[in-house]
Amino acid sequence: MSDSRRSKQKSYPPTYKKVINVFMLSLTGIAALLVVSVLLFILGYLIWNGARSLNLNFFTKLPVPVGEQGGGMANAIVGSGKLLLLASMIGIPIGLLGGVYLAEFGKGPFSLAVRYTADLLNGVPSIVIGIFVYGLIVLPQHHFSTFAGGVALGIMMIPIALRSTDEFLRAVPNTLREGGLALGASKAQTVVTVIIPAAMQGIVTGIMLNLARVAGETAPLLFTAFGNQFWSSGWSGPTASLPVMIFNYAISPYEDWHRQAWAAGFVLLTGIFLTNIAARLLVSGGRARAGH
Amino acid sequence: MSTTPSLFDLKKLHHARSARFGDPEPVDPTPTAQFTVADMNFFYGDFHALHDLNLQLPEMRVTGLIGPSGCGKSTFLRTLNRMYETIPRTRVTGSIRFGQSDLLEFSPTLLRRRVGMVFQKPSPFPKSIFDNIAYGLRVNNLCKSRDLKNKVEECLRRAALWDEVKDKLHESAFSLSGGQQQRLCIARALAVEPDVLLLDEPCSALDPIATAKIEDLIFDLRRSCTIIIVTHNMLQAARISDYVGFFLQGKLIEFDAARKMFQFPSNKLTEDYITGRFG
Repeated sequence: MSDSRRSKQKSYPPTYKKVINVFMLSLTGIAALLVVSVLLFILGYLIWNGARSLNLNFFTKLPVPVGEQGGGMANAIVGSGKLLLLASMIGIPIGLLGGVYLAEFGKGPFSLAVRYTADLLNGVPSIVIGIFVYGLIVLPQHHFSTFAGGVALGIMMIPIALRSTDEFLRAVPNTLREGGLALGASKAQTVVTVIIPAAMQGIVTGIMLNLARVAGETAPLLFTAFGNQFWSSGWSGPTASLPVMIFNYAISPYEDWHRQAWAAGFVLLTGIFLTNIAARLLVSGGRARAGH
Repeated sequence: MSTTPSLFDLKKLHHARSARFGDPEPVDPTPTAQFTVADMNFFYGDFHALHDLNLQLPEMRVTGLIGPSGCGKSTFLRTLNRMYETIPRTRVTGSIRFGQSDLLEFSPTLLRRRVGMVFQKPSPFPKSIFDNIAYGLRVNNLCKSRDLKNKVEECLRRAALWDEVKDKLHESAFSLSGGQQQRLCIARALAVEPDVLLLDEPCSALDPIATAKIEDLIFDLRRSCTIIIVTHNMLQAARISDYVGFFLQGKLIEFDAARKMFQFPSNKLTEDYITGRFG
């Protein structure tokens, strides 16, 4: 009907449109490729440099002195596991319960202040948290310890666990809260039996990503858990951990230690990578079950 | 050229209900009051949302609340099960009696068990169909676990949903269509055996066929449960209600038996509204 109107619009020749289209599409494609290739490049580089040192010994043996063949980082792998376990025991309950409070019960200026403080804490450089725990635990005790390292990582986990729990709970539609209350459930019952289960997939994912993040933290461990060439039993002695081991081995002048650092980097990255994938699968699986 | 229904159409429609559901039983002149509202005012902070309401909502009848958007009909509904208390800075003055007792004498949880509510948007819990129905029974400890299965079936049958879901009770409630989800929410509300069912525009998100099913269900429930339904749709109010209340700007303009109100409205504003002159 509007031939006259259409002719008034500025029109470009079709070839021009095609050229622009192809050009912009290529740009976006290249940018997307760059994002992926950075990760693939790092992964490839780690494998290239570390794969030779990556064998069964790496997972089962202690580090050996310079010049000796073989040796591994079993103590660092176990140490990292212990540190993460302790960090989870501190960071997850506080973050989780705090998040439930913020999203469901906290109202007014106090919860605004808590949210803001959590965001600030999240922005504190990890080395500052390391110094803080050094002053709080290491100095009074006069020795480095697994416990201090776990506390440092735990403090780092709190704000992320808190905010992700808070966000996922607040994303649950209000109709579910009202639906629970309308059936004669109390507020607390509704939160525990409807709201938290509805947000569970998201909360678990947030915590796994959180764990993956602190697993690679080095700075807060340098003067808390310190490092150790041997097994560390219990929680009161200094312990080896993968990130600190990478740091110490990488700055050493020995070629075979460098290779071991690469291997440790590869193991760490693979662990984080697998945790991420597991978290994503968990979320998509949950969505499929809920029928979204 | 106007497509708004004339008063004449509404009269016909109200009669059409008799044709569809069979002749309604004669509405008794003085039914018992389920809720007695006296000099009730409602405030959101400083905003005076409901003005001096005085009315009696009859027991075991379907009462439709109509009025234009923002007239306070949903707010009024939320005062009846004290759901407004979840909204900060709200306040009620005057009195509402539930049966013989003041509403404030009940604990909110007991009150809400006896005065069930279904919302505008279907809101099944992210659980299985079975667990949705069982939810109210479980949190209120109303049913032994071995009776649970029968009870769930009974509720689904009562909500005319059993035949559609009996083979997939343990699938997610989200696998149902919107209309089925809404009937599931009604079944879920019925499970705790409420005396009253508050329906807040239960059909506004549904297509006409699903709406017809909900209306059939309301009609089936009308003598076993007091039903108070807020609706934007006057035709719906005419089809299903025994009594109708017309709200305008926070005031109750008229409350009467539906057949009387739709045929001989006593207030000029009511007549204007139901004939589509405004709103």
